[in-house]
Amino acid sequence: MSGSYDVLIVGVGGQGTILASNILGEACLIEGKSVRGAETHGMAQRGGSVETHIRIGGKYGPLISPGTADLIISFDLLEALRYSHFLKEGGVIITNTETIIPTSAFQHDADVPGQEDILNLLSGRDVITVDAAALALEAGTILTQNVVMLGAASPYIPLAVESLKEAVRRSVPPKTVDTNLKAFDLGRGAPE
Amino acid sequence: MVIRYMLGNEVIAHACCEANIDFASGYPGTPSSEVIDILRTQDVRDFYVEWSVNEKVALENALAAAWTGVRSLATMKHVGLNVAADPLMTSAYTGVTGGLVILSADDPYAHSSQNEQDSRRYALFAKIPCLDPASVREAGTMMVEAFSLSEEFGLPVLFRPTTRICHSKSDVEPGEVGSDHRTGHFERNPQQYVVIPAHTRVLHKKLNEKQAPVARALVEKGVNTVVVKGTTGIIAGGIAASYVQELLPENVSFAKIGGYPIDPDWLGAFVGQHDKILVVEELSPVIEEAVRMVATYTIVHGKMDGYLPHEGELDPASVASAMKKAGIIPVRDFPQVTPVPDIPRRPPILCAGCGHRSVFYAIKRVFKDGIFPSDIGCYTLGIQLGVVDTTICMGASITVGSGISRSGEERDIVCTIGDSTFLHTGIQGLLNAVYNGANMTVVILDNRITAMTGHQPNPNTGVTATGVESPPVSLEAICRSCGAAYVERVSSYDLTQCLEAMKAAKARKGVKVIIAYQPCVINARRAGIRRKSFTVDPDACTGCKACVRFGCPAIEFHEDKASINALCSGCSVCAQICPTGAIRMEGKK
Repeated sequence: MSGSYDVLIVGVGGQGTILASNILGEACLIEGKSVRGAETHGMAQRGGSVETHIRIGGKYGPLISPGTADLIISFDLLEALRYSHFLKEGGVIITNTETIIPTSAFQHDADVPGQEDILNLLSGRDVITVDAAALALEAGTILTQNVVMLGAASPYIPLAVESLKEAVRRSVPPKTVDTNLKAFDLGRGAPE
Repeated sequence: MVIRYMLGNEVIAHACCEANIDFASGYPGTPSSEVIDILRTQDVRDFYVEWSVNEKVALENALAAAWTGVRSLATMKHVGLNVAADPLMTSAYTGVTGGLVILSADDPYAHSSQNEQDSRRYALFAKIPCLDPASVREAGTMMVEAFSLSEEFGLPVLFRPTTRICHSKSDVEPGEVGSDHRTGHFERNPQQYVVIPAHTRVLHKKLNEKQAPVARALVEKGVNTVVVKGTTGIIAGGIAASYVQELLPENVSFAKIGGYPIDPDWLGAFVGQHDKILVVEELSPVIEEAVRMVATYTIVHGKMDGYLPHEGELDPASVASAMKKAGIIPVRDFPQVTPVPDIPRRPPILCAGCGHRSVFYAIKRVFKDGIFPSDIGCYTLGIQLGVVDTTICMGASITVGSGISRSGEERDIVCTIGDSTFLHTGIQGLLNAVYNGANMTVVILDNRITAMTGHQPNPNTGVTATGVESPPVSLEAICRSCGAAYVERVSSYDLTQCLEAMKAAKARKGVKVIIAYQPCVINARRAGIRRKSFTVDPDACTGCKACVRFGCPAIEFHEDKASINALCSGCSVCAQICPTGAIRMEGKK
């Protein structure tokens, strides 16, 4: 037992993994819980694969080791597969149904596994898929996909939904609060 | 104060404000950049802050400020400390009056760096104290401590966070920002500030005399601590100490090294109380060497006997594995897992509409058989386009180019270097290449900003770190005054212009410079520049993939046809490349 609830948020640079992790961090402050996080900055952000570690209740180092994440939130289906070995036995993966095909795959005619292939490779894991783009558009803008995903993951996160929503309010630009809260609610209602 | 969820670099910057910092300088470098970025964007700022043109310049500025009695900070990444090594080594001799903290951020695993060097070695080499935080919170308290330690001993202090401190976050209760600022006054003292041999021999002796008291003070101040629990112990430093603390069983002793030099008597006493010691640290075995120096009958495990790796970064699982190997049972267990194999890679990539891509395309078209030295910046990603043959350190594209040129190699040499890197250490290389008659083409990728590290301004931008207007330097004038015979300025988005300039350069002898200009596409978007997107006419597209090979993330290829996605920034270069005219501005026939 680590004593913390460890969440790995993964995706493609530019999808807003850091904002999502900030919301979780802020929600921890609201509940008076300690928290540790580790982020990807610098060159790796330029459209590359990115990972953000968040340890809710964490008191020591910020890194989550492979095989120990309680929850993986993936903004891209292919990235869910790439980081799936971080999940602990009995952990949950909440993933976007869509994938951004890496540009290098187009350039070099590389085979990219399709949605069905990836879900097959993930079988045996507890995987919940979310059509984040559709829900984000319903909320008002495609840019809210990260908050949709957070909403979808929220039932598994040991933080009260009100704390998470307050954290959304505090973390997103003031003009976008309503849209983001709508995105959060649509996400939360999404998983079957 | 309220508790906040803060980035390590934010905590460090805040601690500088708590410590009443008066002067800050630095050169951007991941993972250090946000410290100056946060200091320069404070709403209320009653200290001086600058982005310097390189790390040597930054340190010399901060050192001089500290000589005048103010509290100063110089920031850089670990490899930047190599550039600043010259003033560093002698700054220990001259010492300081006001506190001087040199922040050098290390990057275990080389997340965004060209090597995995250990800045603690530099501190020991220069004989200055080094503070090495184990957590984001400690980074704050230690930064405040660093300034007072510097003033107590009259020495610069090296502050060494790593990526997992700088770019980690934690709940932190930051302290009060100070308002007790000083004004510099230079006290003439040639015996201290003029390091002629007669003075420096005396200064060196004084420096050596400070070593033992500094080491003792680090113990007395609780920077280096021990808790004795049994006959087995772990000694750890930096972020690795946090990993150990999470895994440490009740009956195992623990020594935490937060500062250097380590007092050998203190360390020897701890080691001597134990049968077995495991040393856990990232990068070089700095603590381990010190432990082995004082260990007599104690068995010591660490990197030097293969219990821990010499390279990469540690994590809880790798520390647990070393503990088990040493017969220490960690309080947490880690499963053996393997990643799913053969997943298509997703490396970082130049942005859609990045001006560098079209310049690389033009270079490749004109100089098919060329040799392509490059440099440090976003454009190092040009390796994916086959136009980056070498990268070693800042400014080395031009010098590697001239070296290859004078080696007798006869193929064309075309090097690429960004504007910020050119101003950092590229100019000397150009001057040298012209002076010594090299035969090469230098392409300056001018996007008016230091993009990769987060868009810091430089002398080519037109504003200072704090947003004050400053006249942008003329790259053309610099290149011409270095003696370059051919200097041409082109728009990176104008493929014809780029190709013509490349051909003209190829036809000439000597050092030719092409300045390819286009603002960084991220910055342009932030500044409100919007261009119409482009689209592919599927009827005209023959599926030749010329645009796909261009490698723009806005271009996709499905069912034998190219298409353009929402990332398109309207640079138009793919339309210029398309042989069938199938790519057009949206809304145009």
